[in-house]
Amino acid sequence: MDGISHRHPALHWLHVNLFSSPTNTILTLLAALLLWQLVPPALNWAVFEATFSGTDSDACKYVDEHGEKVDAPGACWTFVKIRWPQFLFGLWYTRNFDQAWRPVLAFVLALGIIAALALPMFSHKQRYQIAAGALVVYPFVAYALLNGAWLGLPEAKTADWGGLTLTLVLASLGIIAAFPLGVCLALARRSRMPVVKGYAVLWIEMFRGMPLITLLFIASVMLPYFFPIGTEIDKVVRAIIAITIFQSAYTAEAIRGGLSAVPRGQYEAAEALGFGFWKSTILITLPQALKISIPAIMNSFIQLFKDTSLVLIIGLLELLNIIQVAARSSQWKGYEAEGYIFAAATFFFFCYSMSLYSRGLERRLDTSLAARRAQQD
Amino acid sequence: MTEANGGGAQEKSAESIIQIRGLNKWFGPQLHVLRDIDLDVKVGEKIVICGPSGSGKSTLIRCINRLEHHQKGSIIVDGTELTEDLKSIDEVRRDVGMVFQHFNLFPHLTILDNLILAPVWVKKEPKAKATETAMHYLERVKIPEQAHKYPGQLSGGQQQRVAIARALCMNPKIMLFDEPTSALDPEMISEVLDVMAELAREGMTMLVVTHEMGFASQVADCVIFMDEGSIVECSEPGKVEEFFKHPTNERTQKFFGQILHHI
Repeated sequence: MDGISHRHPALHWLHVNLFSSPTNTILTLLAALLLWQLVPPALNWAVFEATFSGTDSDACKYVDEHGEKVDAPGACWTFVKIRWPQFLFGLWYTRNFDQAWRPVLAFVLALGIIAALALPMFSHKQRYQIAAGALVVYPFVAYALLNGAWLGLPEAKTADWGGLTLTLVLASLGIIAAFPLGVCLALARRSRMPVVKGYAVLWIEMFRGMPLITLLFIASVMLPYFFPIGTEIDKVVRAIIAITIFQSAYTAEAIRGGLSAVPRGQYEAAEALGFGFWKSTILITLPQALKISIPAIMNSFIQLFKDTSLVLIIGLLELLNIIQVAARSSQWKGYEAEGYIFAAATFFFFCYSMSLYSRGLERRLDTSLAARRAQQD
Repeated sequence: MTEANGGGAQEKSAESIIQIRGLNKWFGPQLHVLRDIDLDVKVGEKIVICGPSGSGKSTLIRCINRLEHHQKGSIIVDGTELTEDLKSIDEVRRDVGMVFQHFNLFPHLTILDNLILAPVWVKKEPKAKATETAMHYLERVKIPEQAHKYPGQLSGGQQQRVAIARALCMNPKIMLFDEPTSALDPEMISEVLDVMAELAREGMTMLVVTHEMGFASQVADCVIFMDEGSIVECSEPGKVEEFFKHPTNERTQKFFGQILHHI
């Protein structure tokens, strides 16, 4: 072993990490074999034999020796290349493509707010002010842009929204609305007042015990009964109500976990200093609880982001569904795989961004890590 | 002058800042943790409470600021009787500072923010004034340079000194110490005891649960020995040293025999 490790750093690394024992060596070889079997064909399909050009599905076909049109062996990215406006903005914005700057601008504004919150140049207090201001103002700005009527632009009704734009609208509104509701439910579930606690337990257990798809059905079929006859409730609003209710139960449980993890001494110190329940919660225990529950909360947010696809069953065409519809059209039949890969990549991009953001947040809030840094200085 | 287990306590109530009569507490239906406690504490008096673990000494001082509530008897702190009434609890807590075994600083706030949080939000002091007071007390516990660090960056002894400063920022009339040095490494104990001794010299009324007998003989006006929820014995005024050497009760003798043996 020593003989090898002295030779070359690279050889040493290989030895320690890949061939340190007979079992390890066998596993390394098996993994290499698996990669050899999978990667070249995948690359062939996705890149080397794929079609990127053209304007319709004929670009991905060739005429064989019998004079018949046959699918080319590689991927047909032409499908994605031609249909991407639909995937991102929905059908209405594809027909009125000169208006597509509206969802783009709404998205860029949202990114700007998130970036401002992450920038180190603002103090805690300024961050709270930015966040609070954004929460009040942004939804109206986004609605004004997407709908357009308030700004005197061609109107895109909520039913016309689709694709990734709709996915982001549903997920972000669901997350933003469910968060305060979840905080209240978590506090209520820990309350000593039996009625408050009872309602919270009922709410959480009931909606956590239902599939989201059931809630969406209920929202679309039953919600109209609660309103005067003839009232038409917007489909998107129905979906958001269902998603918010569903998500609030999960957020509440994540936050309750955090509240339980805050040491008892923190509650006692707050009491001994004369803090009442609300001040103690808002200033002392809840901030610590939220920090502890960031990974769990983010986990449920990511889940929600993916679950938005279920709005298909009430007839909304978000990213995944609009791709499916496009892949069922006569022209693009047989190219579902390309569409699904595009959907998977897009979902992954957003979910992974959320994951990175939450990790950054955890790092920034970790006062004990700050300790280590300060010691190094 | 401290009176325990009844006996001539009534006439002294006027000068007592804490007056405990017939205090009983149970945890659940079975566990009787405090039995018929009577205790009077005068302004400026320093009382050390010791006893084996589970003897109820922490529970007793936690009753004084209502971190625990009692089932029988009465506790009057600076003229306010502790009842279920939230207002009376708030009033008492404003006068009583507490220092915990595990410091219980707020880890998400800087040292300075730990100190000004309660003055600003509970007593509604202006932030500038609270900050001034906070820096004054940080200097008194000898760590003003740590004001902008987080608790996690400080040693145990420093954290406990910050905890003492945090309690003092509320300008309390009484300070409760619940085993303030039990969680500290040996080399940090004296820096905390020094701060407490200085506080004692300045005339603060203090109740200290501790096994630091050196501190007790130096600072205490009176040492109370508790076992199985009752006050077994307490020292004659001004005769703490003698109390350690010649306790009259058998259980006290055994306990002091064990802990003094190790010093």
